[in-house]
This record gives sequence, structure tokens and C-alpha cells, in this order.
Amino acid sequence: MSKTENKQVKIVAAIKDGTVIDRIPSDKLFKVASILHIEELSNQITVGNNLESQELGTKGIIKVSDKFFSDKDINKIALIAPNAKLNVIRDYVVVEKKTLKLPSVLEDIVKCGNPNCITNHEPMMTRFHVEDNHTLTLRCQYCERVMSGDEVKIL
Amino acid sequence: MSFLLNCLTNTKHPLSKPITQPAISIQLLSMQKSLVSITDYSKEEMLRILDYAAEFEKNPNQHILDGKVVATLFFEPSTRTRLSFETAVNRLGGRIIGFSDASTSSSSKGETLKDTIKMVSNYADLIVMRHPLEGAARYASEVAKVPVINAGDGSNQHPTQTLLDLYSIRKTQERLTDLNIYMVGDLKYGRTVHSLLMAMAHFKPTFHFIAPDELKMPNEYKQFCDEQNIPYFEHKELNENINEADILYMTRVQRERFTDLMEYEKVKNVYTLKSKMLENTRNNLRILHPLPRVTEIDYDVDDSEKAYYFDQAQNGLYVRQAVISCSLGLL
Ligand SMILES: [Zn+2]
Repeated sequence: MSKTENKQVKIVAAIKDGTVIDRIPSDKLFKVASILHIEELSNQITVGNNLESQELGTKGIIKVSDKFFSDKDINKIALIAPNAKLNVIRDYVVVEKKTLKLPSVLEDIVKCGNPNCITNHEPMMTRFHVEDNHTLTLRCQYCERVMSGDEVKIL
Repeated sequence: MSFLLNCLTNTKHPLSKPITQPAISIQLLSMQKSLVSITDYSKEEMLRILDYAAEFEKNPNQHILDGKVVATLFFEPSTRTRLSFETAVNRLGGRIIGFSDASTSSSSKGETLKDTIKMVSNYADLIVMRHPLEGAARYASEVAKVPVINAGDGSNQHPTQTLLDLYSIRKTQERLTDLNIYMVGDLKYGRTVHSLLMAMAHFKPTFHFIAPDELKMPNEYKQFCDEQNIPYFEHKELNENINEADILYMTRVQRERFTDLMEYEKVKNVYTLKSKMLENTRNNLRILHPLPRVTEIDYDVDDSEKAYYFDQAQNGLYVRQAVISCSLGLL
């Protein structure tokens, strides 16, 4: 982390325990916030956006006190902001740095974009195979359609 | 193990190969499975199905399904496919339960597909199903206790059609490798051409895609050909460029695929095969079509010895006999 970024992180107040999601591209910040449903949380939340970043130009950051996200939620972030960094904080110290990584199979994370797919008509879980991590190409296990990350809706 | 023993000692067994070659029987145990998508079968499994189908063609009436019940669940009507499957079961001595139209089934009362499949798999040894939604057969194969054969799921897959296409190609060309396969018509939405492309990819083909711009072969499949080093050529017109073809695979150009109906009217007649177009084609050329046809093949082509589409449909019976028997682990 560069010096300026370090300072920026401090601008957004430090938390004692919880999760910090850093290096979110500015235009993806509110999407990340919405898929994590942080508006439904009563935890203390700090959101910063358009902060200076050497790598990204500008970036966003989300800090949630006393909240540790499940792997399923973390995988959802990888769909939108694959290069974001997720830090787990305990007693002001980063105890775990999680690199977001799309699993090879997405189970019940995204909704199939094909209206004629069985998953949109039956009470069942969706299952997508990640065909390409970089281009975010997904294949529905059921209708077998290949779609890009923007064509699917996150559940 | 007891099954294997049975297979080896059953002297009434109709097909000689697995009896004399136990190694093959062991492999075949792995074929007791569902067939949802053509990619569920390896190249070897596809070839084995074709070999068995050839045996059934020689002798279609065999009692290997004695005591078995096969459910044919047609959530949307398709008389042609249903009759072919049901004939296959009948000629093998099996019994059939099922329905031919969703309006007479419990799904019309709002029952989920899962519940219908669970209920039927209590009664039947095998489920053959057709459904208007894509992925229905895959889901059914996950919830059923018995193997499921996909007889068409929306615009997704229809693997026994692909196998009968392969069978027809091998039978008429006496080989599957190094053939010039020409696909004509709706290459964008036509599931039969996509599955055929995937299946033929095992056999070093050269593809020619003849389609209007609106109905071109999707990039996904062209990319697949690139990855597999399969040469392909794209054409917009159906004319003398078919002279090098070994197989001409015709498909229906459907009116509802066009946003511009003027374009449809124009295209419709351009993609009609006429007998005079066959004048300089190869002697071994055979014309295939998944049927039913509308205007894409003139009736005067029917009399040509190169017209194979009616025999092709008949081959479906033998291929389905082989798929059903293998799915039940009986071959
Ligand atoms: Zn789907």
C-alpha cells in the first residue's frame, strides 16, 4: 500500500473489529454495497468513495464494524470487483487478508439470464461454472448458455 | 458384479460383442447413466452407441427390455420423437407409461417438475422426457433415482437426434473422419447443428456454414472450432459452393426468428435446395434434415438418391434402442 493510500485509509476511520473492503473501483462501490445488503445492517458502517488511488485513479472503501462476511458473500464481490481487497480486522489489527477469488462453481449466487431456463421456473438452486476468470464467462449448468458477468443478476 | 456376470453368461443375449469381450462389459457398466447433453458421452461411448444401433438395425425386435417400464414424459407435444422412442421400447419388449401433453399431466395443476420426476421414478426404470424449458432434463436427472434420457429441452439439447445424425453420416459415408460437412439455414438458433458440430469435432471435419447474416453460426461455436483446429468456412448463399460437400445438413429457417419480415421473404427462397443444384455435387453426397421440413428442400429433391432425410429419421429408432438399452445398463 502506498503512502497516500495509507493516509486515505486513515481518513476513513479505523475500526476495532470487522471487515474492510478496499480497492473497490469507484464506479462499483455502490453495487458492492448493495449486493452485501449493508443497508439492512445495524452495524457501524463507513463508506468512502472517490478516494485517491495510485493503481485505480480513484477507489472506494467499505468498513463494517463487527461483521465478518461469509465466503458466499465474498464470492459475490468477486463477480463485480475482482481486484478488491478484503481485510479482516480484530482489535485494530489486520488478522486476515482475503484475496477475492471466484470459485469454479457459483452455487445460488447468480440468477440465469435466460428467461426460458428451468432455474427461473422451479424452486431450485442455480449453478454456474466459471469458464473464464478474466473475462468473467459463466456457463449455466442447466440451460448450458454461456453468459458474461453483466448478463446475470446477482441473487 | 452380479450384473456383469449376468451379461457374460446370458446366452440369449442378442449382441455378441460384450459377451465375448468382458473388458468391454466392464466399461459398459459406466454407461448406465442419463443422457442429457451430447457432451455427456465420450467419443468412445458415442461410437459404441453407433455400433449397437447397427446391430439393432439388423434385428430391431429383441426382448432385452422384458419386465422394464419406461416412462415417456412429454411436457410439450412432439409426436415424431415420442413415436420413435415408444417404438424403440415396444420393439425391445418393454412397457410404457407416461403422457404426451402437459395439459393431461399433473404439472398443469402446478406441480413442480421435481415432484413429478420423483413420483415417476418410483414407477419406472427409465425416464424419457421432453420439456419446453432449457435445462429441465439436467435438473430431472439430478432429482430422479433412475436414468433420464433427454428428448429435447427447449432450444438446448436433443442428443438422440445428434446420435442419429452421426449414425446416418457414418452409414452413408462409411466413415466419420475427414468429411466436408455443410450446414445450411438457421445456424444461430438451430440446436441440432450446434450439437452435431460438437459431436463431429471428434472426427477431424471441415465445416462450411451457409446462413444469412441474421442466422449465422454463433461466435461461441466458431471459437470452439478455432480451439480444436477445425477448419470452417462461412458462406451467405446456397449455390455451387456445395459441390465439395459430403454431407449437406439442411435446417428450417423459421419466420419467427426474423425481426424484418421482408428479410425473411428474401432469405426463405435463397435457402431452398433444388434438384438442379445437385448436378455437380459429389456422388457420395447425402442430404440430411432433422425434419419436419417446410420450404427448404424442394419436393423434386426427394427422388434423388442423394436425399437421405427419410432414412435418417428411421435410423432414429435403432439409435434410441441402443441409448435406452445402454442407459439401463443392459448392453
Ligand atoms: Zn440457465
